[in-house]
Amino acid sequence: MRQTRAVEFGTGLFVFMGIVALFFLTTRVTNFDSYEGEKGYTLMARFDNVGSLKERSPVSMSGVTIGRVTSVEFDGSELEAVVHMRINSVYDQIPDDSDASILTQGILGGQYIGLEAGGSPDAFTDNDEIQFTQSALVLEQLISKYLFSKAEDSDEE
Amino acid sequence: MRRVLVDVAYAVQEWLETFGASQIFLMRILAGCPRALLRPGLIVRQVYASGVLSLAIIGISGLFVGMVLALQGYNSLERFGATESLGVVAALALVRELGPVVTALLFAGRAGTALASEIGLMRATDQLSGMEMMAVDPIKRVVVPRFLGGIISMPLLAAIFSAMGILGAWLVGVVLLGVDEGSFWSSMRDQVDYKDDVLSGVLKSFVFGIAASLLAVFEGYNSIPTAEGVSRATTRTVVLTALSVLILNFMLTAVLIGEV
Repeated sequence: MRQTRAVEFGTGLFVFMGIVALFFLTTRVTNFDSYEGEKGYTLMARFDNVGSLKERSPVSMSGVTIGRVTSVEFDGSELEAVVHMRINSVYDQIPDDSDASILTQGILGGQYIGLEAGGSPDAFTDNDEIQFTQSALVLEQLISKYLFSKAEDSDEE
Repeated sequence: MRRVLVDVAYAVQEWLETFGASQIFLMRILAGCPRALLRPGLIVRQVYASGVLSLAIIGISGLFVGMVLALQGYNSLERFGATESLGVVAALALVRELGPVVTALLFAGRAGTALASEIGLMRATDQLSGMEMMAVDPIKRVVVPRFLGGIISMPLLAAIFSAMGILGAWLVGVVLLGVDEGSFWSSMRDQVDYKDDVLSGVLKSFVFGIAASLLAVFEGYNSIPTAEGVSRATTRTVVLTALSVLILNFMLTAVLIGEV
């Protein structure tokens, strides 16, 4: 009888520890708490080029993450990329003429959407479209621009 | 030449037979599962035998794997000046790969061998036939609780392994090597995804749990009832579990990542 209780105690402790470990992995190690579900509103923006922007990339304003990208799609009729993002409802005072640009974190970092505040008195509401957007910088295009301008300079000389 | 071909054909045929037998065995176990759930005491005892008694080896291995991961990761990341990403590197490696796989391998060595030799000895000492004589189905009474115990233990052990590993990585990375504590945790939380990383790791360890437990009870149950047969069954358990876990791991990873 005594041994059975020890077995049961040990098993209970083990299962409890396993669940605590899973809890630790989901809450401390992942971004579980910033997962959808919480209140927010959706914004849409069109870009010529989104670079390597992905679902769940951050949307930030002044460097603070205020939301996440929920989908990146290609609009076949307009020939543009359409990005939907969900903004935390705490930030409901963003002027509706703010512009969105695709920026890069660090040198090797992933890409994110940076919002730059505009001056309009009205704020974005659910399902609004961001009118002013700036595409991701593509390294090859930058380099070719630079090379072409160099070539033109040397032609003039 | 002809001899060789015949041998190969024979080996393939034998392998397929064993594989088929193990699948039929799995069906018989699954058929016995509902009845076994009515006697949770038996399962608790097996969770104790294969889970609780493996805790020490899993915990200590996890801690040291995490510590060495932090040392190696720091060494490589320092060349790019990206030591803040140490937390991400360690956590992703542990949660996605090392946790489930190393736990399954250790489980095969610690619990799988115990299962196989225990059932094999029951077979060798005619205990299983004795049960059949008394109209007790040895699969329901002996095999099913051990199988279920293994399946319950494995994901929990893998989670404990990963958690201990991250703790070990923190110990070496933050405490010893002086990586910034804030960026260690926050970069980890930024990059590690609940669904893609943690849940896929749990799914993997669940599948490995099925494979490891099934192989152990199958080899034990079908061992040749001699001292040599039991020892061979135990060896085969470890070898086959290690191989099938590593092969399954590749297939599961390919499916979960979906880029192959």
